[in-house]
Amino acid sequence: MKEIKEKHALLMRWTHWINFPILTIMIWSGLLIYWANDEYTLTLFGHTFFRFFPDWFYKWLKVPSHLAEGLSFHFLFMWFFTLNGIFYIGYTLITGDWKEMVPQRKSFKEAFLVVLHDLHIIKIAPPQNKYNAAQRIAYTSIIVMGAGSVLTGLAIYKPVQFSWLVWIFGGYHFARIIHFVLTLGYVLFFIIHIVQVMLAGWNNFRSVVSGFEVVYIDPKPEKEVLDNNEKAPMPELSSSMVSREKEGASPKQIKETRISEIDPSENLEYDHKISGKEALDTLDFKDEKVEESDHSGNNKEKNDANPLKLDGENLPRA
Amino acid sequence: MENKNSKTPEEILVDKKINRRNFISFGTFFLLGGAGFTAWKWLYNSPVEPEGGITSGTRIPLRKALNQTELAFRNFFSPHHLVKTYPKSMAAKKVRQNSDIGLTDTSFKPENWKLALEKDAKTFLHLTIEDIKALPKTEIVFDFKCVEGWDQIQYWGGVSFNDLIKHYGLEEYTRHKYVGMDTPDKNYYVGLDMESATHPQTLLAYEMNGLPIPINHGAPLRLIIPVKYGIKNIKRIGTISFSNDRPRDYWAEEGYDYYAGL
Repeated sequence: MKEIKEKHALLMRWTHWINFPILTIMIWSGLLIYWANDEYTLTLFGHTFFRFFPDWFYKWLKVPSHLAEGLSFHFLFMWFFTLNGIFYIGYTLITGDWKEMVPQRKSFKEAFLVVLHDLHIIKIAPPQNKYNAAQRIAYTSIIVMGAGSVLTGLAIYKPVQFSWLVWIFGGYHFARIIHFVLTLGYVLFFIIHIVQVMLAGWNNFRSVVSGFEVVYIDPKPEKEVLDNNEKAPMPELSSSMVSREKEGASPKQIKETRISEIDPSENLEYDHKISGKEALDTLDFKDEKVEESDHSGNNKEKNDANPLKLDGENLPRA
Repeated sequence: MENKNSKTPEEILVDKKINRRNFISFGTFFLLGGAGFTAWKWLYNSPVEPEGGITSGTRIPLRKALNQTELAFRNFFSPHHLVKTYPKSMAAKKVRQNSDIGLTDTSFKPENWKLALEKDAKTFLHLTIEDIKALPKTEIVFDFKCVEGWDQIQYWGGVSFNDLIKHYGLEEYTRHKYVGMDTPDKNYYVGLDMESATHPQTLLAYEMNGLPIPINHGAPLRLIIPVKYGIKNIKRIGTISFSNDRPRDYWAEEGYDYYAGL
């Protein structure tokens, strides 16, 4: 049965969408500024592989000779960019949402698995709550980068009044380089982000505008899970063996569905319950673990040892 | 899989809720997106400051923002914030020269030059280069920064602005808000806030790399003001004026920020 599952808070959505045009303007105006002294290249062992940026690039974007204009826009929108970032980070910290976002110790190993899964090299992705490991790393990094741009920007904007900041970044010259490299980072992030968003589909994209995702939950077994919730060593995990049936998904597609942790209890919200080790253990397909935690209404038949057997006929249900 | 034609009342309710929330959120999204786009278009197409003002060359709303931003950052200015200095060995041998605006008058002869100090367009003091060289000498090796984004460590020598003021007893003039400096041909000119002009490291320079400044670097006297971008470091000073109104500034007329402080 369809259920609404809240995913992104209102402020998260506001700051996300406000950031899009503002960062675009910052990068564009920054490019107008950079052009005035466009000295950066990718040079290895004396050979220049790439020049930032070729003339055609500047001409195409009508960049040349607009330094004053670039500065004017940059020094206005920097206020909005910074404020928006402060709201976003502040909210994430205050609400505890940061726990969903900050990489865990296992995240670096898991992120590799996530990438393999995204590339369809492996079938099963590591369990996740709101964000997968790769997302945790990406979304935390982007915050660090944003702060880095603000601070290096301030350092190169007022290097005499904030000389201590310049020192932290290794000097004026290097602070400017960091500022530039971070910007390249945003462009790279954006490209990957857009691709991922397109691949993740409508239900996911919608959630960053409307705040919720639509999930399908079989109401009947819910009761059993709720009864056993207290006793189950990993209640979240068994309840997570719910088929996350994408709207109109074929059984074949369901095989590759990520095992998301969906808590079918009262309010459907992503919370921070899943424990890493336990989650990974279930991927070992150990018989004992399966029987212990098998509170799913799995027709009482012991399907071998594989709790993750997701085929059309035998969808595990919580 | 449920038969779509036989939905329970709860399911219909959830569907309605989904649709309603989708409608509201996406409606707001597009509305605000449209509003944002319209606001951007207004800003982008807003009129540029007309010529003739102290500042011109950038869009009026952006100029207002520039001015406000600088007022905010002026709060961080302090004469105790000094620029970092370096050993002479690190100074560039080939000092970069970006422009020759104000230097194109070929009839100019440094030997005939005199510095004119003015107030209300009236010269109250004339100084020769010898007068200036007689004053206490200050040298500085610092990282010169251009608004274009390049920087270069340079070695300059001259008299600090404060020493000149002190020697000739011109303290009353420093109670004004601004200092203006022009080239003899009046083609290049800068306006400085008094705080920055009287910053301890502000120099009236007559030496570069230990030798008299060459013509292309502003012989016989130029301004070296480390707390400002290069655009304020006028070459070939002809007049120094004091006023409470902002003096003309070449690059402020070209759309750059008037304060241009580091």
